[in-house]
Amino acid sequence: MEQQNVVLEVRDLRVFYGSFNALRDISMEIPRYQVTALIGPSGCGKSTFLRCFNRMNDLIAGSSVQGQVLYRGNDIYAPTVDATRIRSEIGMVFQKPNPFPKTIYENVAFGLKINGYQGNMGEAVERSLRRAALWDEVKDRLNKSAFQLSGGQQQRLCIARALAVEPEVILMDEPASALDPIATLAIEELIRELCVEVSIVIVTHNMQQAARVSDQTAFLMMGGDRAGYLVEYGDTKEMFTNPRNERTEAYITGRFS
Amino acid sequence: MARASFDIHLHHLLDELMQLGGMVEKAIATSLQALKDRDLKTSERVIKEDDFIDQKRWEMEERCLELMATQQPMAVDLRVLVTILHISVELERMGDYAEGIGKISLLMGDEPPLKPLVDIPLMAEKASDMLKGSLDALVRRDTTEALAVCNKDDEVDELYDVVYRDLIELMIQDPANVQRATYLLWVAHDLERIADRATNIAERVVFMVTGKLTELNVSKY
Ligand SMILES: Nc1ncnc2c1ncn2[C@@H]1O[C@H](COP(=O)(O)OP(=O)(O)OP(=O)(O)O)[C@@H](O)[C@H]1O
Ligand SMILES: [Mg+2]
Repeated sequence: MEQQNVVLEVRDLRVFYGSFNALRDISMEIPRYQVTALIGPSGCGKSTFLRCFNRMNDLIAGSSVQGQVLYRGNDIYAPTVDATRIRSEIGMVFQKPNPFPKTIYENVAFGLKINGYQGNMGEAVERSLRRAALWDEVKDRLNKSAFQLSGGQQQRLCIARALAVEPEVILMDEPASALDPIATLAIEELIRELCVEVSIVIVTHNMQQAARVSDQTAFLMMGGDRAGYLVEYGDTKEMFTNPRNERTEAYITGRFS
Repeated sequence: MARASFDIHLHHLLDELMQLGGMVEKAIATSLQALKDRDLKTSERVIKEDDFIDQKRWEMEERCLELMATQQPMAVDLRVLVTILHISVELERMGDYAEGIGKISLLMGDEPPLKPLVDIPLMAEKASDMLKGSLDALVRRDTTEALAVCNKDDEVDELYDVVYRDLIELMIQDPANVQRATYLLWVAHDLERIADRATNIAERVVFMVTGKLTELNVSKY
């Protein structure tokens, strides 16, 4: 991959929870303005891996990270780097929609306020809600509580909240697993629209979703020591029609034991 | 195995494909025998029975679509299903060629064939072997056997050349031969097409096993 097309690069990444080695020796590149899916059995370390991309693991007591995570060529784990700043460039959306107990408007404005945004707040909020394909549904009730929204709308609100600070990357950890099929498809469509200007890394247990939504797919598995490792990484179309590795084949055809 | 029920469906589908293959094999053999024996009744029956082949092919397509919709197969499972779908179409077309030979036989009516049939039955035999070989390769997922089928296509092409030259010669010798020579040329052409479609099946088998779609033997015709 050419360097300017790589937004994140992981080199010999290892993650520990205390003495437990949760991820071992992962090296891979995340392409810019594409959707990268992480798949693999429960407990193989997908969420752990995802959290490494914006130093969310720092918030977990006892966890430690070895190796490098380069964001636009610079190691985000370097001692001089401000983790909060990284998290505003590399946002995150979680499995369960987690809007703040505030109004719809305030949810989106939140990050901008923290960053000391100087521009027109109303416009910025509208822009983010439009990008998250939520504007038409909420424009008449911006000052109502975010909890009034449906699960699918709440998730799009969380995406709007992440988008408001103009991140370069959005990490999504099973963003549609709590949603019905229609809300799920809405999120998937949104992901495809967003990846024109945002790089997206998504963890999903839904194989069809990974196939529909991503450009690249990485398959992780755990070894005998329960440490997760990267089995295969490549073009999504290739992975789902003709994977190179037989363990990938077994997993995606549901013949995994 | 987490997907036992899907595997059972897939097995059934393969069984049905083999049945369809058997029907086509029989249609080819019968159409040729009837042509040799000048048995118009049997030729007529081959033509009628092609309806069963068509029907079976439609049923198989429906089964394949059902499985795709309900099981969302991936990777090799997806390739197997798509392969079955393609092969059922190839088989159905081969059945049409057998039907075509039946129709030519009816056109020939009471007239005896222009010359004793020697190379044409040989072509039919080889084409039929190729069909059997390709289905065998499918069941065993055997790419070596699939390649052997493709190589055999050259032999059929060579025989077709011989038949073609003989018939043209007869036409030149006596223009009165043209009509009957043309009938036999059509038969030879149908057999050449059958062999060609057997190589298509073999190519599909290679695709199913390796995930790579390549033309294995470019037929002369
Ligand atoms: N905070 C933590 N403290 C200790 N161990 C943890 C912690 N978080 C995760 N682990 C362990 O690390 C391993 C990887 O967990 P992780 O949540 O990353 O897996 P996952 O692939 O996201 O699984 P799932 O698909 O179920 O969400 C597991 O063995 C898990 O028990
Ligand atoms: Mg997880």
